[in-house]
Amino acid sequence: MFKLEARPQPSPVWSYASPLLALVITVCIGVLLFVALGKDPVRGLQVFFWEPIKSGYALSELMVKATPLLIIALGLAVCFRSNVWNIGAEGQFVMGAVAAGGVALLADASSGPSIVVVVMLAGVLGGMAWASVTALLRDRFNANEILVSLMLVYVAIQFLNFLVYGPWKDPMGFNFPQTKTFEAVTKIPRLMEGSRVNIGLLLALAGVGALWVYLFRTYSGFAQQVGGLAPAAALYAGFSSRKALWVALLTSGGAAGLAGALEVAGPIGQLTPYVPAGYGFAAIIVAFVGRLHPVGMVFSAILMSMFYIGGELAQSRLGLPKSITGVFQGLLLFTLLACDTLIAYRLTWKR
Amino acid sequence: MDAYALLIAATLNAGTVLAIASLGLLINEKVGIVNLGAEGMMLCAALAGFATVVHTGSHLLGFAAGMAAGALMAAVFGVLVIWLNTNQYATGLALSLFGGGFSAFAGTGYVQARLPEQATWAIPVLADIPLLGPALFRHHPMVYVAVALTVGLIWFLYRTRTGLVLRSVGESPESAHALGYPVRRIRLVAVMVGGALCGLAGAYVSTVYTPLWVEGMIAGKGWIALALTTFATWRPARVLLGAYLFGGVTMLQFHFQGAGFNIPSQFLTMMPYVATVVVLALISRNPAWIRVNMPSSIGKPFYPGS
Repeated sequence: MFKLEARPQPSPVWSYASPLLALVITVCIGVLLFVALGKDPVRGLQVFFWEPIKSGYALSELMVKATPLLIIALGLAVCFRSNVWNIGAEGQFVMGAVAAGGVALLADASSGPSIVVVVMLAGVLGGMAWASVTALLRDRFNANEILVSLMLVYVAIQFLNFLVYGPWKDPMGFNFPQTKTFEAVTKIPRLMEGSRVNIGLLLALAGVGALWVYLFRTYSGFAQQVGGLAPAAALYAGFSSRKALWVALLTSGGAAGLAGALEVAGPIGQLTPYVPAGYGFAAIIVAFVGRLHPVGMVFSAILMSMFYIGGELAQSRLGLPKSITGVFQGLLLFTLLACDTLIAYRLTWKR
Repeated sequence: MDAYALLIAATLNAGTVLAIASLGLLINEKVGIVNLGAEGMMLCAALAGFATVVHTGSHLLGFAAGMAAGALMAAVFGVLVIWLNTNQYATGLALSLFGGGFSAFAGTGYVQARLPEQATWAIPVLADIPLLGPALFRHHPMVYVAVALTVGLIWFLYRTRTGLVLRSVGESPESAHALGYPVRRIRLVAVMVGGALCGLAGAYVSTVYTPLWVEGMIAGKGWIALALTTFATWRPARVLLGAYLFGGVTMLQFHFQGAGFNIPSQFLTMMPYVATVVVLALISRNPAWIRVNMPSSIGKPFYPGS
């Protein structure tokens, strides 16, 4: 029988190999799923792993979806590394989008180009404010942050619905639940002609660098993580767990809010009930698959973006429901967690 | 008066969903395991139950399919968490994300499907009592099952030897292991029973409570059920009361709308979620309340022989 045997030291090889093995297993299950559904598995793999990278335009669309995922995941990495379980990034994303949308709606023909900065800042503040509710309830009332942050997702979505069905509805919009299209001046500047990639991508990459420096080269970044690795040691060293909680939630809330602002003032261009697209949840998977490491999350964000685009293509090309994306995302996280066992244990054969 | 009778009836009905799922999660947590996958299990079970009733016409088979789906998913979760020592929160979250995606994917063909008509239920004689009859005695049998389940669970946990073993595994897996109890197998069984009850609640939602299938139809009930175990400080009777309380909050929104209050419907829809947050904060404020009945090993992995 196979037995798990604890390794004397965690295996550095497997900490890198585990996400790859998880991906391989997920792809194998995917192939089986395609076969079971009577679809050509080679075509299925093409749709997910080749079509999204086969042309310059396809690559730029891949980046458009990877950007918000990466930005949210960067913030979540700070949370998960400090053992703060914020799973309500979706709600913080929505509130960031609402705040940014509110500013964008105030703009008129006389607004200068600097309004874009205000739109993005509003997004950050909106996300932070929403995350601070979770932080406050955890800090003052000891309420479980997992449940509180998740419940607030539903509240945020209802609040967005209230605005677009009610006070912010476009009077000229044929009664569709949406705001008017934002003024061109509030749009997030694009990087080049002919693609939807905007400066959000640069912000995300800057975030990667900033997070790397913060986590691995600063004292406060170190103090932030000790509480997650060894709470007793953090207590002994005098690192404040309350401060770590607030830093973690404000960072991830701000990041998710920024992503929300970049989405509504970027590709979407108005507030609609379809703003929450599940990026906040997918980013949790991005964070774990990327090992909570800034560079690792770049790769996992691109992978998750492939799943999104592949799902859309699977719908149009193969006639499969778009929700196949969610199946693969969930499977990937599952297999990753199972494969991670190999970091601390080795599989041995014993009779 | 009749409006109030109907409100009470609707409250009990809504509370039943939460009560069954939450009692299942309570059994999990009593052995020290938190399963954040409740939402995903309920969604898949709702679909399994709905599809089974569509194809077979049998509601009993629908409930059985829901329970089987829940137990199966819980078993996968259990093996990962108990034998591979994966993080309970992350694994539960993975189960919820997977369940949401999978049920949406597999359920696309059932969105337009309709269920066969159901007989209405009434307890003879008692159902004819004015006010009390419509409020209490004209329910689907599952409403009474939830009450029976609560009583049964109290008896099982606090009056039987097996219940004592179960609780001891949650309080101190090391001691239970030292006494020779198969801690990991006991945990797996408890997790699967919890999954089966979440599945039963999910199937009740899609086949009786709102007899249809739409993507994401559980709408956070799994998460509210998770919050209920904390709210109830891990006491079964309080789980049932809490479930009815939240059922009441859910139903109050329809009552408000009917009574002509001019509140935007979105704020009414928010109420159960806001109520969960508020109640969690109020209960958690006093650490002593939480700690008295909280299983000590909750959320912590257990490695036998280490």
